[in-house]
Amino acid sequence: MKFYTEPIEKSPRIQKLVDALYTKLPEIEADRAVLLTQSYMETEGEPIITRRAKAFRHILENIPITIRENELIVGAATKAPRGCQVFPEYSFEWLENEFDTVETRVADPFYISDKTKETLSEVYKYWKGKTTSELATSYMSDEAKTAIDHGMFTPGNYFYNGIGHVTVDYPKVLAVGFEGIIKEAKDALSALSQADADYAKRYHFLNAVIMSCEAAINYAERYSALAEEMARAETDYGRKKELEEIAYNCRRVPRHKAESFYEACQSFWFVQMLLQTESSGHSISPGRFDQYMYPYYKKDIDSGKLTRVQAQELMDCIWVKLNDLNKVRDAASAEGFAGYSLFQNLIVGGQDKNGRDATNDLSFMAITATEHVFLPQPSFSVRVWNGSPHEFLIRAAELTRTGIGFPAYYNDEVIIPSLQSRGLSLSDARDYNIIGCVEPQKAAKTDGWHDAAFFNMCRPLELVFSSGMDKGVQLGPKTQSVESMTTYEEFENAYKAQMNYFIELLVNADNAIDYAHAERCPLPFQSCMVEDCIGRGKSLQEGGAIYNFTGPQGFGIANVTDAMYAVRKLVFEDKKYTLAFFKEALENNYGKDMDTAMATKLTQQIMSSLASKGKSFTEDDIKSVYLAVKTNASDADSKKKYAALYDDIASLKKFGNDDDEIDSFAREIAYTYTKPLESYKNPRGGIFQAGLYPVSANVPLGAQTGATPDGRLAYTPIADGVSPAAGRDVKGPTAAANSVSRLDHYIASNGTLFNMKFHPSALEGRSGLESFVALVRGYFDQKGSHMQFNVVSRETLRDAQKHPEKYKSLVVRVAGYSALFTTLSKGLQEDIINRTEQQGF
Amino acid sequence: MDKNYNEVTGRIFNIQRFSIHDGPGVRTIIFLKGCPLRCKWCCNPEGQSYKKESMVTAGVSKLVGKDVTVGEVFEEIQRDRVYYRRSGHGGITLSGGECLAQPEFAEALLREAKRRGISTAIETTGYASMDIIRRLLPHVDTVLMDIKHMNSPKHKEFTSRENQLILENAAHIAREANQMIVRTPVIPTFNDTEQEIGDIASYAYNIGVREMHLLPYHRIGSDKYAGLGRNYEMSHISPPDKQTMQKLVNVVEEHGLKCQIGG
Repeated sequence: MKFYTEPIEKSPRIQKLVDALYTKLPEIEADRAVLLTQSYMETEGEPIITRRAKAFRHILENIPITIRENELIVGAATKAPRGCQVFPEYSFEWLENEFDTVETRVADPFYISDKTKETLSEVYKYWKGKTTSELATSYMSDEAKTAIDHGMFTPGNYFYNGIGHVTVDYPKVLAVGFEGIIKEAKDALSALSQADADYAKRYHFLNAVIMSCEAAINYAERYSALAEEMARAETDYGRKKELEEIAYNCRRVPRHKAESFYEACQSFWFVQMLLQTESSGHSISPGRFDQYMYPYYKKDIDSGKLTRVQAQELMDCIWVKLNDLNKVRDAASAEGFAGYSLFQNLIVGGQDKNGRDATNDLSFMAITATEHVFLPQPSFSVRVWNGSPHEFLIRAAELTRTGIGFPAYYNDEVIIPSLQSRGLSLSDARDYNIIGCVEPQKAAKTDGWHDAAFFNMCRPLELVFSSGMDKGVQLGPKTQSVESMTTYEEFENAYKAQMNYFIELLVNADNAIDYAHAERCPLPFQSCMVEDCIGRGKSLQEGGAIYNFTGPQGFGIANVTDAMYAVRKLVFEDKKYTLAFFKEALENNYGKDMDTAMATKLTQQIMSSLASKGKSFTEDDIKSVYLAVKTNASDADSKKKYAALYDDIASLKKFGNDDDEIDSFAREIAYTYTKPLESYKNPRGGIFQAGLYPVSANVPLGAQTGATPDGRLAYTPIADGVSPAAGRDVKGPTAAANSVSRLDHYIASNGTLFNMKFHPSALEGRSGLESFVALVRGYFDQKGSHMQFNVVSRETLRDAQKHPEKYKSLVVRVAGYSALFTTLSKGLQEDIINRTEQQGF
Repeated sequence: MDKNYNEVTGRIFNIQRFSIHDGPGVRTIIFLKGCPLRCKWCCNPEGQSYKKESMVTAGVSKLVGKDVTVGEVFEEIQRDRVYYRRSGHGGITLSGGECLAQPEFAEALLREAKRRGISTAIETTGYASMDIIRRLLPHVDTVLMDIKHMNSPKHKEFTSRENQLILENAAHIAREANQMIVRTPVIPTFNDTEQEIGDIASYAYNIGVREMHLLPYHRIGSDKYAGLGRNYEMSHISPPDKQTMQKLVNVVEEHGLKCQIGG
């Protein structure tokens, strides 16, 4: 295919739109919660699917609408830019508890007015006992709940929020409009017989689909009317014409099929934002935008109706709008997903369903749009395979060089067979896109539950040393005491036993949550755009999709690998230390003091827990508690012995330095998570599949993990993704990439995440770009699955910590997404700074 | 049967992977120990002496210099083959020190690379007998050769050697090598004037060279001198600024050569 590769200039409109987004702190609005509750009160006793559809309709009929200045693509979920609605049907108590701190918290603060607080408090009274999280809690086993309390894993995301994590059938809406989908549902209805066993379920589901589609159409018409009204009042002739065109578009789409590229853009946007009004799930991913938009682009370009400059401006407008949506999370989750991110992953390039390269003009223009808008959304990705055009990857590398942390690079050569091994057809696997951070799936056919939990692989290792005891509770199985172990195999078996047990509990927790969503929050609007919900007459949440998965993530591979290796080498091979001594050293944090920030945090927790018990204390009490927490109490002699062990561990081989022995160790360690997991099933008729990455949960969950035998000190961050532990890979980027490629990326079919940080100098000039592309290609040749890059100097990040006001727009790659550096918590900022910075030599 | 080059032994002080500024593509640089020159700005002073010596880095004393076989070096080299191939012309570069000072070892490394289908380059002062150079040349894809100054006394003052041998060899290499690029470190107080760089460019053009790289002076190696217990004589000079470098590039280009800053 021939394509245009030269970037198009940025229209002045785009900067105005961007600036308008960032004038104020984002705000929490109550309209959706109020309307939802009104509708729920009126529909008690009706089937849940009908109640969901009626509530959706009621919201869309009454929620305030707004067209922002200079917009060409319209549809806003909130009155204020970057505001957010709330979703009490999933959970609400955390927000009520955090009303007074949400504005001042470190990660992702939101403004909330007193009036909104009052309104929400009133609304919340209705929801007591009615949420998905409450139902999930009662479905969950006591053991699973205890394990969650002890920080073994966290299913927090779906426990408290909607599922999201889906790519719907955008091309279908563009091709037939919601009228077409309504017709499909009506045809399915007329094919039913009242005597069918599942008639009641199907009948109500299909009617709910029709109602939801009509609601979407009417919502767009409200915008049409508003645009008309604004056009009449508008004195600027140019803007008046624009508003008239907006009015025309919103009357036509998403009701009808899109007749032009502009209509296709507007139709896409309504779908994208309404999915995020129906439910609070994040990672609603646009997917292969360059593919499904291309026919509309091509037709208009060929007929002369559209110029490339106009097409670029419209795409840029969509990119801005993707940043207009927002979501408030509880304080703990906000740290885990820091950066106000919605993870709307948009991917370009790669193969089509027949295995030919599908790169087109829009693939290049999407890169340009990301440069123009330069904001954290969309999570921008490219697909790479042996047939990817070199000039496309060079252009992508230019974007990487800007330091925005995009694109993330994905390897068709691994992901396609990996998906086939999970039951996808070859053509579906070839047509994959990425959800959220790094999770591959086939659009419009999959309910992947891609972000089902984070599983901390370091914690079961801690329990090996205590035979399953944790904070005075027999949390895990009572495995052989380390004092009595005589072989490495015994140690390894104890680890596997602990792992297997907690994986079972993780499955229990996820499936409990799964049932809760099916019962309390089936989503008719989302479901009508995923095959085969209409055919099966049931929602996505009840198993309506063709492909169903549950994908919880394991993380900490690098730490566990280095730790198991240290134990095998120092205890069983060299016989230099006993496991009993190891245990003592770990309990005493290798004789090292606790890091200041962590000690401060722990002191605060102790003091507030004392305060809540009504105890009073003085300034001096606080000081002495702080000192007791921070200072290591070991005597000088012990400290010396621990230090010797610590130094011996430091001198051992570490994962990430291209060493065959320890790297193959890592592969086996990863299997302790990925293999047991794939034998479990979920209630939607699908299987569990592992991912290997923590998003940014490696920092908060590391803060709950004691010292580990790899020399990691207590409460410090755990290694991120499948990357080597921070600062331990010292042989350069190719060595680190080779090590990571030795993991089995195929079996981790829910995605792996390899972060690399580059100094900008490594990408200087054409030769820098060429070498960078070679690095990506070389890693992919060795069957790595994903790679992403931070290109920014350590000095820049340090300066941004000191002068955040100068770096408001500094974007860094956090995990599977990019975020504004200054909005991240101090701990996460430090983690990013400390990731090894690779340089070209 | 071919001689088994894998068993030949030599002395190195570093292997650096993912080098992107010392020859085309992604390269692995093998630093051979020992050099006949003593350039005052040298950023690898630990490579000058053939003897093993201790150097203090970040407070820790370490022995610099290791005797290895070609086979052992290739254990490391072959790990990045996929990146050499993907970057088009990537491969190995012999640097130093001076690779010509260990001709047996250098020849074996180069022949073994060719046997394994890996592209080769050498980074050299050119200070060796032409017979030695001729043994290596058939196995070298790219010669990156320093010409530091056209004035022999000044050359001697800053590098400890006169330049006649270097200039003669350069003319031979330009005729006989597959590809030759002249590299000139731009050192303030030594050769950073338009006249001096222009003279080098003019000579390079006349012997048939068509590409030249200007490498701006940097201080990255300065800490190593203290680590070796030596005095760093260049501590008073600063790296040339961008405008100076750009002016010098223009001068080289006016002489009909392709020119870039950095390798």
